[in-house]
Amino acid sequence: MSVSAMDIYRLLPKTNCAKCGEASCMAFATKLSEKEMDLELCTQLTPDEFDTLEDLLAPAVREVIIGKGDKTVTIGGDEVLYRYELSYYNPTAVVIDVSDDLPDNEFEERVKTIENAEFERTGEILTLDAIAVRNKSGDAAKFAAAAEKVKDAKYPLVLCSFDPAAMKSALEIVGDQNPLIYGATENNIEEMAELALQYECPLTLFVPGDLEKMKQLSHTLRAKGLKDIVLDPGTFTGEGIGDTLDNFVMIRRLAVEERDDDFRFPILGIPALLRLNSDEDDVTKGIKEATIAATLMNKYADMIILNGSEIWELIPVLTLRQGLYTDPRKPQAVDPGLYEFGEVDENSPVLLTTNFSLTYYTVEGDLKSGKANCYVLVLETEGRAVDVSVAGGQFNGKAVADLIKDTGIEDKVKTRKLIIPGLGASVSGEIEDDTGWEVAVGPRDSSAVPDYLTKME
Amino acid sequence: MDKMTQLLKLLENTKSIEINEFRMDFDELELYLMPAIQQAVQKSVETRKAISQEALVMEEFKVPIQDYPGQVAEVQLGKGTRKPVYLGGQQALYRFEEAQPNPPVVTFDVFDIPMPGLPRPIREHFEDVMESPGEWAKKAVKEYGANMVTMHLIGTGPKVMDKSPREGAQAVEEVLQAVDVPLVIGASGDPVKDPLVLEAAAEAAEGERCLLASANLDLDYRKVAKAAMDYDHAVLSWSIIDVNMQKTLNRYLMKEGLTQTDIVMDPTTCALGYGIEFSVDIMTRTRLAALKGDTDLQMPMSSGTTNAWGSREAWMKKDEWGPTDYRGPIWEIFTGLTMMLNGVDIFMMLHPTSVKLLREIGETFVNDYMTTPLPEIDNWITQLEG
Repeated sequence: MSVSAMDIYRLLPKTNCAKCGEASCMAFATKLSEKEMDLELCTQLTPDEFDTLEDLLAPAVREVIIGKGDKTVTIGGDEVLYRYELSYYNPTAVVIDVSDDLPDNEFEERVKTIENAEFERTGEILTLDAIAVRNKSGDAAKFAAAAEKVKDAKYPLVLCSFDPAAMKSALEIVGDQNPLIYGATENNIEEMAELALQYECPLTLFVPGDLEKMKQLSHTLRAKGLKDIVLDPGTFTGEGIGDTLDNFVMIRRLAVEERDDDFRFPILGIPALLRLNSDEDDVTKGIKEATIAATLMNKYADMIILNGSEIWELIPVLTLRQGLYTDPRKPQAVDPGLYEFGEVDENSPVLLTTNFSLTYYTVEGDLKSGKANCYVLVLETEGRAVDVSVAGGQFNGKAVADLIKDTGIEDKVKTRKLIIPGLGASVSGEIEDDTGWEVAVGPRDSSAVPDYLTKME
Repeated sequence: MDKMTQLLKLLENTKSIEINEFRMDFDELELYLMPAIQQAVQKSVETRKAISQEALVMEEFKVPIQDYPGQVAEVQLGKGTRKPVYLGGQQALYRFEEAQPNPPVVTFDVFDIPMPGLPRPIREHFEDVMESPGEWAKKAVKEYGANMVTMHLIGTGPKVMDKSPREGAQAVEEVLQAVDVPLVIGASGDPVKDPLVLEAAAEAAEGERCLLASANLDLDYRKVAKAAMDYDHAVLSWSIIDVNMQKTLNRYLMKEGLTQTDIVMDPTTCALGYGIEFSVDIMTRTRLAALKGDTDLQMPMSSGTTNAWGSREAWMKKDEWGPTDYRGPIWEIFTGLTMMLNGVDIFMMLHPTSVKLLREIGETFVNDYMTTPLPEIDNWITQLEG
């Protein structure tokens, strides 16, 4: 769990100088514990005090930044095992690989596919986060040539090779872009650690299926002064998926609950490994690869590398990520106002619902699938569902009257009849009084609305 | 020594103090910390700092296992002429902590009417059997390996075909004859008629230990509970994304005479992209509460995974999203899998591919940690094609 405001307060200067913008040190401590302000805002700390507090405030899982400037992605930073306890931070970075032995045109096309992959849902553009260049050829010169080709790509880079010489040749080209080095193993750890230190890049530690050894090697890297480490405990698919999950869960538990410093790093999963030695058809491989991605994202993967780049495979992956990483403390709401469905004119019916995202998108789905033609007034209920906002008082006559006025709906339709959700029946009289409109109580579930509208006609 | 010195002496080797049954009444309270305590705090900060600057010492690796005071009840479905299936029974969250007793179970949806509204990728698997619930169930079991079958008596809906409870019961009998797996019996979602339909179906399936779906706070749950007790069935206790509502309903059902082993909970599955994170939170909290010992929540959980097919991304034809043949099954797998990873035990599903992949992963849950031969991945960088 995150550190308490009291623990933080004890280490602050307690002068209440207010230079941070908060009235008191206690208020500042509260903001720090909720991750709403930065420690840098306190100007009265000695460097030692600052370090102590920074340690105390460090998340259970270290945040690792990959890339530089406007090409960066941050992974890790989590504090809890379950999102309902706080929130998950820094959405899982979704990465696609490109192998260095592809012919120039294919290589270029694949990079373009990665850069252009995007999908819009609930008003947000979902995209990929990085490109993994893979030293499939095993050849240092080819790896360097591939690095050269992605030098100006849109996304940060992951460099995949177990050969320190090849890694060095690629780092000579893109080492100043802070790529993620993949990776150190028990066989090359000295050389890879040295490259990571020399180029000041984050380093992945790959120790498949052996957490005890992973702990030792992570410790070795830390002792060398490496701070930005990413852990890959091996993505075993097929029957091995259970062990993969266990390892992911154990690492995260050790980080969050035991504060085991050797495991307090982001976890990398590679669903692409599902394709290793598989003789299944491409579609099956794509579906299975996405399935592994979903499994690992649910249990703590901070970054995943995929090989499939078909949009039907990426859409569910990006959608799941969006859901898991929404902040449960913030109400999920759409903009209140007037929405149109189908063909509308001055005789179209007018419906009312709330701005809770789930309510709104459910209504939207039902109206669209039922091919309804109507206006929908969306009431600001601070992201509450109908029954909750009726009980909580946000769903009231005055608010509806204001909404009618603000949206100008009275200039768009001749009718003065409002259809309210069945769950809002108890405030129908109040709405009639405050708006002067006639109120009809509609169905309790919006799936029945299209039928209801047809019958009304 | 004065009292304070004695107290400080006592506290010297103490990291924290727990105060039990403590009560304090006051109008205004001022606390003065003695300098000695301030010094102690100061000292502990310094100690912490010293540790962080020490040479890195590595502790031993220990598997992070937790103790759980509670456990999930084991519910048996199927008796009499049915091959039984067991749900729940977990004593820990993960298999590396404690062996998991039962793998996740999938029940295939079957309807008492042909369901022209089912998405095409599903219809094409069952088109030839949709006229007969018995044949439909047989195909689900024989060809697609269903552990169970859900008989949805949609046709009893007053706005659907308004079939009588008796006709519904006949459809149940037909399916009982056709297959020997346990059944879930669902009604049409009409709060007035459902209890009557479930009662008639329960009677027709007496002694076969079906799961009656469902009891909820919007209908006469007493009648459903009574039907379950009279004819030896279990009850699906359905709440809507609300742990307290689930607790209340379970308590009401137990007051009627049902026990933990007669109840399966459905805390509601929101589909991928349509609030799946709400379900994740509710399932997680419910399962953790069970393991922590909350007896009102120690029942296995069910997921109406088929909700996924309501999502536009699953069925809507849209070229820039790729073929629905792939999107639909993936949407159902993602929804089910996410529920499975957060504690759900039984899944109501529709598409054979989704069922197959969910089970492939779910069945590994009952193996022990690191007892499966693992694929060789050490040289994946050079070995992976493409």
